[in-house]
Amino acid sequence: MEPAHDAVAPAEPDRPAEPRPAAQAPSPGHNAAAGPAVLSLQHAAKAFGAVQAMADGTIELRAGEAHALLGENGAGKSTLVKILAGVYQLDSGTLLIDGQPATLASPAAARDAGIAVIYQEPTLFPDLSVAENIFMGRQPLRAGRRIDGKVMRADAAGLFTGLGVTLDPGRVCRGLSIADQQIVEIGKALSLNARVIVMDEPTAALSAAEVARLFEVVATLRAGGAAVLFISHRLEEVFEICQRVTVMRDGRHVMTSELDGLTGDDLVRAMVGRDMPVRTDAERRAPGGQVLTVEHLTREGVFTDVSFNVRAGEIVALAGLVGSGRSEVARAIFGIDKYDAGTVKVTGRDLRRASPTDAMAAGIGFVPEDRRQQGLVMDMSVQQNMALASLRRLGRRGLISGGAERKFATDWSLRLRIKYGKLTDPVSRLSGGNQQKVVLGKWLGRQPTLLIVDEPTRGIDIGTKAEVHRLLGQLAGDGVAILMISSELPEVLQVGDRILVMREGRLAAEFGHAEATEERIIAAATGQREGLAR
Amino acid sequence: MSTTLTPRREPPKAGPDVSPRRLTERVFRVRESGILAVLVVFVAATAAAAPRFLDAQNIKFVLINTTVFALLALGETMVVISRNVDLSVGSVLGLSAYLSASLFGQVHGISIPLVFLVGLGIGLACGVANGLMVSLGRVPSLVVTLATLYIIRGIDILIIGGNEVVAQSLPGAFLNIPQDTIGGIPDVAIAVAVVIGAGAYYLRSFRSGRELYAIGSNPDGARLAGIAVGKRVFTAFAVSGALAGIAGVLWAAQYQTIDSTAGTGYELQVVSAVVVGGVAIFGGSGSAVGAALGALLLETIISALYVLGISPFWDQSIAGFLLLLAISLDRAISVRLVTALRLRSSRSAS
Repeated sequence: MEPAHDAVAPAEPDRPAEPRPAAQAPSPGHNAAAGPAVLSLQHAAKAFGAVQAMADGTIELRAGEAHALLGENGAGKSTLVKILAGVYQLDSGTLLIDGQPATLASPAAARDAGIAVIYQEPTLFPDLSVAENIFMGRQPLRAGRRIDGKVMRADAAGLFTGLGVTLDPGRVCRGLSIADQQIVEIGKALSLNARVIVMDEPTAALSAAEVARLFEVVATLRAGGAAVLFISHRLEEVFEICQRVTVMRDGRHVMTSELDGLTGDDLVRAMVGRDMPVRTDAERRAPGGQVLTVEHLTREGVFTDVSFNVRAGEIVALAGLVGSGRSEVARAIFGIDKYDAGTVKVTGRDLRRASPTDAMAAGIGFVPEDRRQQGLVMDMSVQQNMALASLRRLGRRGLISGGAERKFATDWSLRLRIKYGKLTDPVSRLSGGNQQKVVLGKWLGRQPTLLIVDEPTRGIDIGTKAEVHRLLGQLAGDGVAILMISSELPEVLQVGDRILVMREGRLAAEFGHAEATEERIIAAATGQREGLAR
Repeated sequence: MSTTLTPRREPPKAGPDVSPRRLTERVFRVRESGILAVLVVFVAATAAAAPRFLDAQNIKFVLINTTVFALLALGETMVVISRNVDLSVGSVLGLSAYLSASLFGQVHGISIPLVFLVGLGIGLACGVANGLMVSLGRVPSLVVTLATLYIIRGIDILIIGGNEVVAQSLPGAFLNIPQDTIGGIPDVAIAVAVVIGAGAYYLRSFRSGRELYAIGSNPDGARLAGIAVGKRVFTAFAVSGALAGIAGVLWAAQYQTIDSTAGTGYELQVVSAVVVGGVAIFGGSGSAVGAALGALLLETIISALYVLGISPFWDQSIAGFLLLLAISLDRAISVRLVTALRLRSSRSAS
């Protein structure tokens, strides 16, 4: 059997050199100079309940190109990937494959249509061999419908040779590095003659050498005529291997363009580009005494020498890229994770390491990043969830009084304007924004002196977002110290009194709200420009 | 802004140079050769203390006792590999043993192969019921087969009541089945060995067999890879039931007196044998040959205790101890394997 990339649909390997105007949606008319459009998604929309995850998903992939997809968190990239993977179905919009309307009703349908998705962390069969993982269900057979192991391993080896990588087809997948697991997935894609290969943040967990190898593989795939959709947050990588780029923002297509002639700033501007009302100075007050003092906090390999403080009535925003160690610092402060060195003080008192009980006793409230998994008990009622952190106060001699619980929940839902059917409904029936308010209410009920909120508005609609922001401002006005972690720069700028930026486990910069701009924060978070880091 | 920036991990230092192919093959063989080694050492040690342990009669006795468990272990292996468990095998064996043996009294001159077929049919019916509930009903197999363990035993007791089938009602040819030997080895043991060999070959060399491993290794991945998970799991349960049915007929021929307690508690002994034989309890790896060797080892130990004059009250404790040992060993091996493979892959990546 031939290395399978030879079997990929024949296409123009040359990519178009013609410069194209920026900020232009793809349309069939522009295909003339390029490889043929293999896949084209137009005005795709997808909603989950009240949340519009994608309003206008538009992208066109051409044979032989590596196409970057950029956008902030929540811009709709992962929704788009899942649509192409056949996991989500479109509410509206069209999908053309080779110019023909197509529907991808299931992952199997996407695979049959020649679309392969390589996730950041592939899910293989760990107990089976590399070759079996590639050919599962399609193993080459010999007489008597028996699997021909020799041919199967040779075929797999052929695929790897074609990709220019060395990987033993006979070994089991357990213990493979993530980079090698991705190679196995790419081999599988090739053996399936995939013509569209979607790579969802493939480089996030790779070493430099592994990234270089992956890029060579991408070049090989392109030469074979496949279209590669490359999702990465590392702009330098995008410039290195991609020819065209599509930017999304708030579930909408913003621009599609040749990368030639664009700069990183152009792309960042396209990704961010929105205005939100900034918290007025009148609302910001002079902060009071220090509530949280973190000194030289270090956890090997995760964050290093992190020192900062949060004062009463102050909102400190902790910005930085996903994986820069922001959430980990918060988890260490609250005692969920251990740390190796450093101290955490709350109102002058040292907190015990790795003891959430102690943190709670010291008056810390913690609204975690993932409210469904960590913040709420989804099957329990609105009322029970809200009361969960205040049970001792609501109970008498160990028995929880239903009346007190109900009153507590009613009070807080009124104050937070939570919309629900009945207090006894399971919290899973509420919208994302209202769920988040329940988590907030749960901690506010304890009257914390320090509130840590991790991505307080992720995945909730804009109206509720504004309410959550207003609420945080109010709390600060009441003298609560707030540490807010957020990936959304507008939110950081709008809500934060002081902004700390983390990069690769260290504090990289600190800005007062007056001097902070999106550009400066991004620069500090990515280390792209000099001069701003402390 | 959500730019991901994980610190780049550099690969660890390379380990000793071991050919990866040889390494994996070696480790895979370890699972079966390990238990074989334990068996040999154990037999040698026992024989040194009590030479009559190696008498032809004793060997034959151990082999015959193993046949029933080895058959059950084959079916259980298929089920366990797919990350399920079949706890009903002991009850199925009991029902099949009684119903098939009582045929000799009810239908005069019935042929022995037909009785085996009936046993197979009874087992198959039970296995199909298990399989349907697990694959269609999406009920965890632990719960389903725990329920059928009691239900089938209950049916068994309802049918039998206080009765029993006694040797006098069974034809001589049937009772002789476990006694016939070729070169000192019971015919039955040879037949069962052939069946196990065929089962092991099927699991290793056929797509549907490999798919059972895939299902056990990563059930969601198997579904995404387009494997008919429900169908495969159903088949595994059906086969497990059918084999338990045949084992029931063999059991009847061997023990000759069948009442409503036949096969009680066998399910746990079979699961033990399978795990001792190197089949991962959470699916994905292991072989039928290993499971059969596990059954042989357990029987050998029981026999050795008898020969050495140790009270049979120790049987269960020792079986339990062996199970723990097997699991610890398995864990140690897989940890080592992962470490070795990681070193290997980090080297090839750089």
